[in-house]
Amino acid sequence: MSEDPAMPASARLVGAHVPLIDGVEKVSGRAEYTADLAHRDALVGRIFRSPYSHAKITRLDVTDALALPGVAAIVTGEDCDVPFGVLPIAQNEYPLARDRVRYRGEPVAAVAAIDETVAEAALRLIRMEVEELPAYYDPEKARMPGAVELHADRPGNLERDVHHEFGDVEAGFAAADIVLEKVYDCAEVTHVQMEPDVSLAEYDAERDRLTLHTCTQVPYYVHLRVAQCLGMDTSRVRVVKPYVGGGFGHRSETLNFEIIACILARAARAKVRLKLSREETFVTHRGRPATRIKLKIGMIKDGRMTACACETLQAGGAYGGYGIVTILYSGALLNAIYDIPAVKFDGYRVYTNTPPCGAMRGHGTVNVRFAFESLLDQMADELGLDPFEVRRRNLLEAPVRTINDMMVESYGLPQCLDWVEEASGWKARRGNLPKGKGLGLACSHYVSGAAKPVHWTGEPHAVVNLKLDFDGGVTILTGTADIGQGSSTVLAQIVGEVLGLDLDRVSVVANDSRITPKDNGSYSSRVTFMVGNAAIEAAEKLKGILAEAAARKLDAKAEDIECLGEIYRVQGGQDPGLPFQEVVDEALAESGTITVKGTFTVPRSHQGGRYRGAGVGPSMAYSYAAVATEVTVDEDTGRVTVDKVWVAHDCGFAINRLACEGQIQGAVWMGLGQALSEETRYHKGLPLGPNMFDYRVPTIVESPDIEVKIVESIDPNGPFGAKEASEGALAAVIPALANAVADAIGLRMDETPVTPDRVIDAILRKERGRGRKRSAA
Amino acid sequence: MAKSILSLVLNGRRRDDAVADNMLLIDYLREVAGLTGTKMGCDGGECGACTVLVDDRPRLSCISLAYTVAGRRVETIEGARRGGRISRLQRAFHEKLGSQCGYCTPGMIMASEGLLRRNPTPSDDEIRQGLSGNICRCTGYVKIIESVLSAADGSVP
Repeated sequence: MSEDPAMPASARLVGAHVPLIDGVEKVSGRAEYTADLAHRDALVGRIFRSPYSHAKITRLDVTDALALPGVAAIVTGEDCDVPFGVLPIAQNEYPLARDRVRYRGEPVAAVAAIDETVAEAALRLIRMEVEELPAYYDPEKARMPGAVELHADRPGNLERDVHHEFGDVEAGFAAADIVLEKVYDCAEVTHVQMEPDVSLAEYDAERDRLTLHTCTQVPYYVHLRVAQCLGMDTSRVRVVKPYVGGGFGHRSETLNFEIIACILARAARAKVRLKLSREETFVTHRGRPATRIKLKIGMIKDGRMTACACETLQAGGAYGGYGIVTILYSGALLNAIYDIPAVKFDGYRVYTNTPPCGAMRGHGTVNVRFAFESLLDQMADELGLDPFEVRRRNLLEAPVRTINDMMVESYGLPQCLDWVEEASGWKARRGNLPKGKGLGLACSHYVSGAAKPVHWTGEPHAVVNLKLDFDGGVTILTGTADIGQGSSTVLAQIVGEVLGLDLDRVSVVANDSRITPKDNGSYSSRVTFMVGNAAIEAAEKLKGILAEAAARKLDAKAEDIECLGEIYRVQGGQDPGLPFQEVVDEALAESGTITVKGTFTVPRSHQGGRYRGAGVGPSMAYSYAAVATEVTVDEDTGRVTVDKVWVAHDCGFAINRLACEGQIQGAVWMGLGQALSEETRYHKGLPLGPNMFDYRVPTIVESPDIEVKIVESIDPNGPFGAKEASEGALAAVIPALANAVADAIGLRMDETPVTPDRVIDAILRKERGRGRKRSAA
Repeated sequence: MAKSILSLVLNGRRRDDAVADNMLLIDYLREVAGLTGTKMGCDGGECGACTVLVDDRPRLSCISLAYTVAGRRVETIEGARRGGRISRLQRAFHEKLGSQCGYCTPGMIMASEGLLRRNPTPSDDEIRQGLSGNICRCTGYVKIIESVLSAADGSVP
C-alpha cells in the first residue's frame, strides 16, 4: 500500500493492482482446463451409482455390460480394496463401494467404453442386488440407541466428539448480568465451482506408469491416494493440474472419481476421460455440513463477555473426509476472535446416509460464527448497546496468545470496525431507515494456513524452486495450485519484487509432479503466507548469487550491490551499473544454470497447544473482517434484498490489491448465497434439484455492490506482512444479514438460508404470539 | 444417427461439416471445430458458460442443436480478438479482474459482447439484466460489472 510507511519506497510489484499473469489466456479462451485437453484417443468413463441410501450389496453382476461391444473395461469394488481419505487417521472410503453402500449416488462400478452411447448402455446392463438397511438423514436419528452403524468402528455413528474447556465457564456465567442461550440451524451448502469434475487418466502398460490430469486443489494428496489405492509406487504416478475452474474446498481432498479414472485406465490399459455431469458433481459434494448449534453467552452490562458455551452437531455424510478437522475448526475459531475469559465447546460429528461433507471456504468456522454473531447482536440489543460498541468491548490486544493457545501477532479488527461504521453511515442511519430496511453488523476471522499439515512428514511446509538460465528469464517452479485465486501471480510479484525485476521477466511453472516441487495444496488459505515466504527465501538466495556476480564485475562488495529497474550498481555510486543480462552471464559463467530453493516452516511456537485436537486452528497469522449489510425486507413476500455490503478485511498487507479485492468480494458474495438462498435438500437421501436452477446461487441481478476496504496490519511473520484474504470475510456476512433483517423487521432469523419461506414463518409466529398475548389479556 | 452437412460462418470463416442431426452446438464447436474456449458448466441451460453469439445474439450452445445455426454467423470466444489482439472487452475483463478462475469467462464475455452490440452504453441495471443468465462463482459479479462498464465507456484502451 503506497501510504504505508513500512513499505520501502522502491516497492513496485507488491502492493500494486496486478492483473493475473494468466488472465489473457482466460479471457481469450486459450486456457486449457482438464475437459479441454486432447482426448480423441481416450475412452469414455462412466460411473454406476447406488440408487440406495444404505444397503448391503448381495450381488453385483457386470457380465452383460462387459459383453457389450465397445466396452473396454468395467471395474467394481473388487478392483480396489484399499480405502482412502484425506486424513491418514480416518480413511474409511473406497473409490468404488465394497459390500455396502452408504449414500444415494455412491459409486459402485465404472465403465470405460469407446463412446458415450456405449458407456451409458453398459451402465443400464449392470445388475445390483441389495439388502436394504435403515438409513439416517438426521444426525439426531443416527445417534439414537440401536441405530445401525454406518462404520463398524464408530459406535453411535459418532465420527468424532470434541470437548474443550478453557477458563472457569461456570464462574463466568455466574458473574454475568445477562445470559442468553439459543439454538441455530444452518442448512447444508455446497461449492458449485463452475467447472464440473473431470479427470483424464492415461495408463502406460509397457512401463506401468500412470499420468493423471485432474481438476484439483491438492495435486500432492491426489498423487498419494492414487498410488495408494492402485498399489503403485509413487514414482510411477504423475499428476498434472491444468487450469482449474474454481474449487472453494470441493477439490481440497482426493475425490472418488479421480481414483476411479485411474483404476479404469489401468484396467483398460488406455487413456480414459471421466467427466462428471453437474448432477454428479453435486453428489460428489464435500460441502459445508448441516449444523445445529446451541450457544450460550454470558455478558455484563457494559457488553463484556464473561463466558460462552457451545454445542455443535454436524451431519457429516457417509464418510470421514475432512470431518474431524471441520468439527475441530468449529471449536477452535469460535471464540478466538475476541477476548473471552471462559469457553466451553462440545462438538459432535455424526455419520449420516448422505453424500460426504468436507471442507468449504471458511472451513468449519462459518456456521458457529453465524450463531455467535447473531446472539451477540441480540444481547447487545437487549442491553441497549450499539453492535459496534459490544464488539469493541471484547477485542484482543495483539500480540496475545488466546485462551485456546493461538498466537495472534497482528489484529486489524479495530480498524475494520472503524471503517465499516464510517462507510455505512451507521451512526446517522441505523434506526432512521424507512420501514422494512435495516443495517446489520458482524465480524469473522480465519487462519493463514493450517500450522500443521495434513500429512506430518517432517518436511518444510512449503518449497519453491527458482531457475535462472542463459535466456535471463527467472522461472518459478511451484506445486501450488492456482485455482483462480491468483497464487501464481502473487508468487511472480514476490520474486520480481525481491530481485528488482520486471514482472515480464518472471514466469511460473505450476503443478506437474514430474517438474515442480511438492506442495500441500491450495486450502486453509495457506499459499500466500507459506509459499510466499518460501518464495522470498528463494529469491533472496538468487539475489545473493547475482549480487556476487555483479560485485565481481564491478569490483565491489556483494553487500554494496543494489538492483533497481533491472540495473545492478554499487549503492550510492556514480557508475551507470550493469544491465541484468550481463550479471546473469557472469553468474552463469561461474556455475551454469542456476537453481535455488526456498522453504518455509511454521515454528513450533505457532503450532498450538498440547491438548487433544489442538492441532486444528493454530496458524501463524489470522485475518479479520467486519461486515455491514443493508437489507430491504418485504413483509408481504418474505423476500430479503441486499442493497449494499461494506466489508473491511485485515489481510496484513495486500501483495496484489486487485486480487485481494476480488477474493474478498467473492468470499462475501458466497456467504450471501448461504445467507439468502443456498441449501442442498434431499428426499430420503435423494438430492432434490442437484442443478444450478434449483440450488440457488445468486445471479448478477440479486447481487449487491460490495464495497471493500483493505486493512493492513502488517503481520510480523507474513510475506511483506501479508495474511489470508479469501476466506475470512465469508462467515461475517451471514450473521450481518440476519442482524440487518432483525433491525428491519424486529425478528431474529435463527436458520440459514433466510429464504422468503423462513421469513414469512417468523412473521406468522410473531403474529400468532401476539394473538395469544391479546387473548390471554 | 444420420449426418447432414452443416454450413455456417464460424468466427468469420465459412465451414461445411458433416454433423449428426442430434449433435449439440457446444459439441460441434468443441469436438468438431476444436474450439474448446466455449465451456460446459452444467447439465443444460443453467449457467451460461456456453454462451456464443449467433447473428450477434447470445445463445446457449449447450441447449441448441448444431443444425439450428445452419446458414448463420456464429462467434465464439476464439473469434473475439480484434486486429490480432484481445478486444477492448476482453482486456477490460483481464485488467479489472472480471475473471478469476476463468471458467465462466468465455460465456460471460460473449454475453457482454452481445449486450454491447445491442446497447453500447448500458447502465449498471442493463448490464445486470443482460448477464442475468450467466453465473460466476468467483467474483461476486462486482468486477464483472466494472469490466463491462469500463469497456463501454472506453476507459480501458
